[in-house]
Amino acid sequence: MSASPAYSEEKGGSSSLGEPEYGHDPASGGIFSSDYKRHDDLKEMLDSNKDSLKLEAMKRIVAMIARGKNASDLFPAVVKNVACKNIEVKKLVYVYLVRYAEEQQDLALLSISTFQRGLKDPNQLIRASALRVLSSIRVPIIVPIMMLAIKEAASDMSPYVRKTAAHAIPKLYSLDSDQKDQLIEVIEKLLADKTTLVAGSVVMAFEEVCPERIDLIHKNYRKLCNLLIDVEEWGQVVIINMLTRYARTQFLSPNQNESLLEENPEKAFYGSDEEDSKDDKPDAASLVKRKPYVMDPDHRLLLRNTKPLLQSRNAAVVMAVAQLYFHLAPKAEVGVIAKALVRLLRSHSEVQWVVLQNVATMSIKRRGMFEPYLKSFYIRSTDPTQIKILKLEVLTNLANETNISTILREFQTYIRSMDKDFVAATIQAIGRCATNIGKVRDTCLNGLVQLLSNRDELVVAESVVVIKKLLQMQPSQHSEIIKHMAKLTDNIQVPMARASILWLIGEYCEHVPKIAPDVLRKMSKSFTGEEDIVKLQVINLAAKLYLTNSKQSKLLTQYVLNLAKYDQNYDIRDRARFIRQLIVPTEKSGALNKYAKKLFLAQKPAPILESSFKDRDHFQLGSLSHLLNAKAVGYQELPDWPDEAPDPSVRNVEVPEWTKCTSREKRKEKVEKPFYSDSEGESGPTESADSDPESVSESESESSSSSSESGSDSGSRGEESGDQSEEEEEEKKKKKKGKEGPRKVCPESAGRYHRHWRGEGAGSATSWELRNTSRDMGGLQPISPCLFLIDSFTSPALERRDQLITSQPQHVPTAFLPPSAQMLSPVFSTMKTYELLHRMAGEGLSVEYYFNRQPFPPDPHMVAVQIQFSNNTESEVKNLRVSEPKLVSGMRIQEFQEIGKAGLGWNDGALKVSTHSRQFYVSIQPPVGELMAPVFMSENEFKKEQSKLTGMSEITEKLTLLDKCQSDHTIVQRVTAAANVSRVPCGADNEYRFAAKTVTSGSLILITLEQKEAARAHLTVNSEKMVIGTMLVQDISQALAQ
Amino acid sequence: MIHSLFLINCSGDIFLEKHWKSVVSQSVCDYFFEAQEKAADVENVPPVISTPHHYLISIYREKIFFVSVIQTEVPPLFVIEFLHRVADTFQDYFGECSETAIKDNVVIVYELLEEMLDNGFPLATESNILKELIKPPTILRSVVNSITGSSNMGETLPTGQLSNIPWRKAVVKYTNNEAYFDVIEEIDAIIDKSGSTVFAEIQGVIDSCIKLSGMPDLSLSFMNPRLLDDVSFHPCIRFKRWESERVLSFIPPDGNFRLISYRVSSQNLVAIPVYVKHIISFKENSSSGRFDVTIGPKQNMGKTVEGVIVTVHMPKAVLNMNLTSTQGSYTFDPVLKVLTWDIGKISPQKLPNLKGIVNLQSGAPKPEENPSLNIQFKIQQLAISGLKVNRLDMFGEKYKPFKGVKYITKAGKFQVRT
Repeated sequence: MSASPAYSEEKGGSSSLGEPEYGHDPASGGIFSSDYKRHDDLKEMLDSNKDSLKLEAMKRIVAMIARGKNASDLFPAVVKNVACKNIEVKKLVYVYLVRYAEEQQDLALLSISTFQRGLKDPNQLIRASALRVLSSIRVPIIVPIMMLAIKEAASDMSPYVRKTAAHAIPKLYSLDSDQKDQLIEVIEKLLADKTTLVAGSVVMAFEEVCPERIDLIHKNYRKLCNLLIDVEEWGQVVIINMLTRYARTQFLSPNQNESLLEENPEKAFYGSDEEDSKDDKPDAASLVKRKPYVMDPDHRLLLRNTKPLLQSRNAAVVMAVAQLYFHLAPKAEVGVIAKALVRLLRSHSEVQWVVLQNVATMSIKRRGMFEPYLKSFYIRSTDPTQIKILKLEVLTNLANETNISTILREFQTYIRSMDKDFVAATIQAIGRCATNIGKVRDTCLNGLVQLLSNRDELVVAESVVVIKKLLQMQPSQHSEIIKHMAKLTDNIQVPMARASILWLIGEYCEHVPKIAPDVLRKMSKSFTGEEDIVKLQVINLAAKLYLTNSKQSKLLTQYVLNLAKYDQNYDIRDRARFIRQLIVPTEKSGALNKYAKKLFLAQKPAPILESSFKDRDHFQLGSLSHLLNAKAVGYQELPDWPDEAPDPSVRNVEVPEWTKCTSREKRKEKVEKPFYSDSEGESGPTESADSDPESVSESESESSSSSSESGSDSGSRGEESGDQSEEEEEEKKKKKKGKEGPRKVCPESAGRYHRHWRGEGAGSATSWELRNTSRDMGGLQPISPCLFLIDSFTSPALERRDQLITSQPQHVPTAFLPPSAQMLSPVFSTMKTYELLHRMAGEGLSVEYYFNRQPFPPDPHMVAVQIQFSNNTESEVKNLRVSEPKLVSGMRIQEFQEIGKAGLGWNDGALKVSTHSRQFYVSIQPPVGELMAPVFMSENEFKKEQSKLTGMSEITEKLTLLDKCQSDHTIVQRVTAAANVSRVPCGADNEYRFAAKTVTSGSLILITLEQKEAARAHLTVNSEKMVIGTMLVQDISQALAQ
Repeated sequence: MIHSLFLINCSGDIFLEKHWKSVVSQSVCDYFFEAQEKAADVENVPPVISTPHHYLISIYREKIFFVSVIQTEVPPLFVIEFLHRVADTFQDYFGECSETAIKDNVVIVYELLEEMLDNGFPLATESNILKELIKPPTILRSVVNSITGSSNMGETLPTGQLSNIPWRKAVVKYTNNEAYFDVIEEIDAIIDKSGSTVFAEIQGVIDSCIKLSGMPDLSLSFMNPRLLDDVSFHPCIRFKRWESERVLSFIPPDGNFRLISYRVSSQNLVAIPVYVKHIISFKENSSSGRFDVTIGPKQNMGKTVEGVIVTVHMPKAVLNMNLTSTQGSYTFDPVLKVLTWDIGKISPQKLPNLKGIVNLQSGAPKPEENPSLNIQFKIQQLAISGLKVNRLDMFGEKYKPFKGVKYITKAGKFQVRT
């Protein structure tokens, strides 16, 4: 049942008060004794042996936690249930534990062993969640345990567990920063991981633990760029932000040459853009010195691979790419981001708000970029005020000679808005446009003057302030406006506006000689009632008039100064005293007196009206710091471009020695077995005679394809299932064209053609082998398979490989084996094919693989995998290649075999198959049973070895054998099908024994199956590799249960 | 990254808190309340607030504030986008993202939040994956669970988590296989006083409802893909195919999702399907005004315009309105000063008209500005941009799905200045 009872119970009683008590009846709410009662009843429920009661109790407890209530006194009762079988109870216990472990450290330790056990579980989900909870318990004492667990999980087979390990790193770091060095090692290892699942998380860990260790990125830079598009969206954001910083330190500025050419024509337009031209001068100077700029290919790679992400649905990803382009791309290319950013403006208002802030910053630097989208920034009356103001900012930034008239027309509409804050912002915006664009200054000024008669005082006041600033630029022509404003002093009450008018009159009193003394007269009357800023300006006005027109204003000035002398505000008293000394000549007054006029009536520079977003771009765009315009905690400064590019070769990934030699070998091989070696006639019969799984699966897939073709309405390939003669004709045509590719007639599929991949000249029939030097990985990772890649329609793969095998001597390391234990040739049973790429997902190309259980002579530490490609479409698949294997640490790449244009790689999971048109990501997941080779030993040896591998190394499971599974033959068959093992002779007839050793490390694996009465059986696996053991037990019991 | 999350309702109650790292006291929300008070209007609460020790990043959805606590630098959009994703997930699970729904399902909410973030970094946000981990509540399931004692938790790792198509569930089975696509276009426009278009743009989305068994691989092609100027994709779409062939090729998620959203290039002229005639005036010193609005369809459309609603935010000084409408009904909210006129279908023979007297507060000055009219409408069976789906092909599965495409044009942010 869902959580509703937990909530609904108390809802009636107290939720209306906003303080509901959880888990007990509403009547007793808040009484202390009931507190005991409540928890008692929860404790009882937790102690019961019914899962449903426990679950109920946990749900109520979680509801309490959610509400912010203290449930810590239940800790002992809850922690007991950490090993509960019910998965939901378990999860809720985890939730509780993570919340309270910090407060109850000693008790929390009780749960640790459960998680440690969980870390060894064969189920990756359980391993991962055990690590997740273990690392979330913030108890310093377990730091070493966490460290160990993280290290182990970092080399886990499952990428999901490795991802969890990456998540655990920052947790451990925040708990104990002394572990940094060790953690960096783990990060370094995980950075080398080739799966998309891990990439985002490990970069996040990198950013939190060691963002300064940029050197760790070098080797992984190209890989990260290439993986980027397939990483999940949150990881993309983190990676892009990190790569932006990285690129700033490693590449040269792409704009060093262009800045002169591009900026200057614009500059001629806007004389006031001084800032920019200053920037340019040093550039121009350095330009001479610099070599012509050539973009580093890695720099280009980054730009190219991030561009498609502008189309992401996730606003954060789009913003991340936008800032990357803004900070890293050549000027000419930055434009692409505008469209995507404008698109985000349709999103939620919070997204709009953030995006507009960033656009505002960008539009100052790169005005041209957003000009085509000017109208997208037009304001609707329904926009929230904060959005309106930001849009206004952008519009102002975008204003130039050509569009100013449209913008001003828009502004006129805005001025009449009901939202007064917005109107005030609009008036300021008009002021800014007027200062920036000389042409429209008069128009703006006239418009603003008209606003002076507006009914709304706020509007008038704002206009006055802006007009004052504008007039300072060219006062002489505007005495009319000043006169008009002087009249306003009677009506306007907003202090800032009054102060501005007074300042204007004082400053330009010579232009309005008649009005100024009158204004002073009026103001001196109302002086005592004015606001402080107004009073200061009155004193100012008086002083200036005294200096210019002392005849009319001497008395008034003295009156004002006297009033000010006794003002309550000491600033005003100070000012009055200071001014009196300065302007009124007395005996004491010194030399300054003479210069009073120069002091007061000096030419004052006009204020510069500029955007508050100017220069914000020294913060990385899209960051929190940029938004706040202040450095946030943990902000990584965006470095300046280096003058000299650091060595680009650090990013080269070494090609290991062995690859080179194998590729040479391969080339030889290619000569030995030319692509066309197998004619149709040869391959057809052999294959049909041989009932190997290949042909079976092929005919299956083919028939399914044809049926789905006729079923689906695509119609494009409908004719393919047509009759044979048509096909033959077609084939002839093809031959004439000289594009002949091998085909094969498969008799058992009723005369239907099997079309496979028809290469152009090359690349059809071939076999390669790939090999892998394996490292002993120890611990959890005993897979080190090798790969055979055999073309599907040539002579049967097995046959070919057999030749190969016989030609080379077999040698087996026997170090781990008792002297008489010998490697056996594999037990043959029907082999299971696994699908790597489905025909449909692969757009006609299907890839399958299976484990053929042949030893791989060149390196016995590897497992052979056979991969089979088939082309189910009519068109040819060109440039087939398998590339970019994403390896897990501890794995080695099997570098390509070249065939025409084909190659292949291996990893524990992911492969990328690409054709001329598409790329596919696929993964090989070897069942554990395939990672071993059969071993022969006698019964005695078996018993001896088994006795050494007891205790922890022994895993036993009870199972029931089905009826059909009772016979000797079936049991042996099933076991050998599930795992590559050999049977060991055994005295008792109700017992079966099998032995094998792991291919990588050669550790023995002993399997005993004991049949008991009534179809029951005991399965025992002895192996020092526990993980393999547990997984094997699972696989075998599954095989027997089928 | 994200440290804690608080859910706050409109009356200022913190009704849910979740911490991914150490516990942050509820008192941090006081800074938020302060900002909220200052902003006066819920829309104007700044999404990012800086406090002495933390940063608060919040979103407002369905009358709930999602306030997250951040301690270190993080891209704000990252958090905002994530919070919206959380709200979307609640919507998806409980049918609505409301305070009651969250309270009723508090345990599932908690489990979801636990899965969505690990140590503050997003872990699983795809709804298909989450639904495999934690099954959404249904009446049937809760009955079954209470009887059998089974739980809502999935026991296995969703395979999607590991595959290259993390958005799709592993085993999907339907008896009726259906794929529906809704092409929804919204017209954003600003019409000025004289009726000429200041700004108009078409924003479209294709919402899909895919109920197909197995692993279908779909490709959707358009008659005129060049119309689409700027497109954003669901991650399932193969970008390369779009770049080269202008075909949407994808393995779809199961259920409802937004396939693409697009903007039609602004070069194309946008046909505005309705026109408005309006006289709104306030008399000087008489504390009353005139209000007369007529709305009509433009000739060339051929389709009926329906679901028409006109909303007007009247100036503060308006006390009351006495109007008569020839069609539909109107309401005036004297508190919020919002006039809503629900017209319904417009028939070209008889144009709907609403006119009457506006009563102003006595003594208040005449409002400066005439209010602008926000218009909503719907036109079925029409994509105003002319976009047409050409065909939908399915590969990878044998059955024949039922396919459907629906077009609809709506008003987006459609505003008439008066």
